[in-house]
Amino acid sequence: MYIKNDPSEATQIDPLEMPALCPGAMEGSNPWVASPDHQASCGFPGELVDNWQEKAIEKMGELLTKYRSLKVYLDSCVKCGACTDKCHYFLGTGDPKNMPVARQDLLRKVYRRHFTLAGKWFPKLVGAEDLTKEVLDDWYSYFHQCSQCRRCSVFCPYGIDTAEISMAGREILDHIGKGQKYCNEIIGKVHTIGNNLGLNKNALRSTLEGLEEDIEDDIGVPVKLPLDKKGADILLVTPSADFFAEPHVDGLIGYAKVFHAAGANWTISSYASEAANFGMFIGSYENMREISLRIRQAALDLGVKRIVFGECGHAWRVAYSFLNTLAGPFDFLDPRYPVPQHICEYTWDLIQEGKLNFDKSKNDHIKLTFHDSCNVARATRMGDKPGGQFEIPRAILRTVCNYYYDMPEDTIKEATFCCGGGGGLLTDELMDLRKKGSSPRMKALQTVNQEHGVTHMAAICAICKTQFAKVMPNFGFERDSILSVHQLVSNAIILEAPQDDE
Amino acid sequence: MGYQWNGQDIAADEEGYLVDLSQWNPELALLIAEDEKVNMTDEHWEVVNFLREYYDEYQIAPAIRVLTKALKKKLGEEKSTNKYLYDLFPYGPAKQACKIAGLPKPTGCV
Repeated sequence: MYIKNDPSEATQIDPLEMPALCPGAMEGSNPWVASPDHQASCGFPGELVDNWQEKAIEKMGELLTKYRSLKVYLDSCVKCGACTDKCHYFLGTGDPKNMPVARQDLLRKVYRRHFTLAGKWFPKLVGAEDLTKEVLDDWYSYFHQCSQCRRCSVFCPYGIDTAEISMAGREILDHIGKGQKYCNEIIGKVHTIGNNLGLNKNALRSTLEGLEEDIEDDIGVPVKLPLDKKGADILLVTPSADFFAEPHVDGLIGYAKVFHAAGANWTISSYASEAANFGMFIGSYENMREISLRIRQAALDLGVKRIVFGECGHAWRVAYSFLNTLAGPFDFLDPRYPVPQHICEYTWDLIQEGKLNFDKSKNDHIKLTFHDSCNVARATRMGDKPGGQFEIPRAILRTVCNYYYDMPEDTIKEATFCCGGGGGLLTDELMDLRKKGSSPRMKALQTVNQEHGVTHMAAICAICKTQFAKVMPNFGFERDSILSVHQLVSNAIILEAPQDDE
Repeated sequence: MGYQWNGQDIAADEEGYLVDLSQWNPELALLIAEDEKVNMTDEHWEVVNFLREYYDEYQIAPAIRVLTKALKKKLGEEKSTNKYLYDLFPYGPAKQACKIAGLPKPTGCV
């Protein structure tokens, strides 16, 4: 619910407003550096190596050979400026180094110095620079002020993908011993325990049993959340935040109710109890692959026929775009279904088949909008039509809610803004950056609040949900104004209570 | 970073979470709470004690919902809402209460 309501503000809100330039405004923004233990768990050196300059250039050379795209991106920028005002962190901070072109140039200038003829001979003429300690510090700071959301790429006439450049920057940093604590600690936990949270099997089982009790107390229907059930048809892989945080857990309850209504034989795996793949954030193919292989292993061990992913933006990018390459082939799964499938696709199919019944009035206290999560919007698809990743979640929401309104067109779908906490930046020490980066999205939300009285926003990404729950109070919204899409499904779905045997 | 307690240096990480969980004791909890600007009342202790009991059994902090459910059983409807928990621990019950209870920080998309 929106707390402030000052009509005089109505015409002043512009989510895309160009900020005044503040050079150096975010220079001191740095995430905690990973400890030697966290580094080791991901296969990286424990601390900054002595010959870090040499090693960094060597790694850059390796990446340029391995990823031709990176070389194309570093070569092709013509400084047209189309990207400059497209980044939420630039709009929120005014720091010119957060213009995507400038952030890219932090890597590009070193690339030019070492890998182009002109840069080797006439560095000053082509903006080539050596990798100094200052440049390294800029890399650490500003490659952790990019959430890899790829909004700028949509507007780049050459299609330069800033996310890949930030990933390369972080991968080089990891390989010289200067990784980021938040991501690398989490990746280590997935390798050892199976999820970002570090939730072990006993705790997971107890949590799921608790949820079963809650649902039955609430609606009188014994909806189950099975764990490690061999011979299940469907393996649900969902972010571990769904087991822990609000409103994520309400989404999980929603998936369980949909599976129940469909009579599905499904399970969660304690071995692959994480959908999110932080290997992508740090650009590490090896870590991304190792995390993905857990999902393959769980699917094989449990003998499932289908894999369905829960509401998680980055998970869906890795799943949709890379899973088959990383952990395929999935020829052991049922070929009649997409591999993998998104929970929204699953639910939407059932709705179209008329298998789910809803009482929409259960959501009548809510006036809703939908936040397109960046990785779902710009790196994936749902269903079999272009734009399905935009239309299917909205179609579900319109099926379960009477009051739905989109935010301004230039802030949604392909042009959506990041929540401000994506790409491995959802960590407390970056709170200032997170608040500033969320402002374009929050302003867009304020516009529909004022025009239509929108009270709540739904999302399909664990990071978005946590980030918004944290930052919304700064923008006049209550913490619980962010909802899971399947939470709204859960509110409205009608489940038959079991017949009394007696 | 760290805490000074009873003449000892107690190590903590950058954010003030204890490095060695076995060093926790109620007096140290008061010191951590002071740093967090949380004034510990009986209500705060109810939460902290539950977190520690749960951690002993499961080696992880409970989900928010597990915590509110336990509080509801013990203290009734009013003292079991998310709002109640945020009033007690303004930075968030999961992270701030865990820190005071000497538990590791919940990690991930939370």
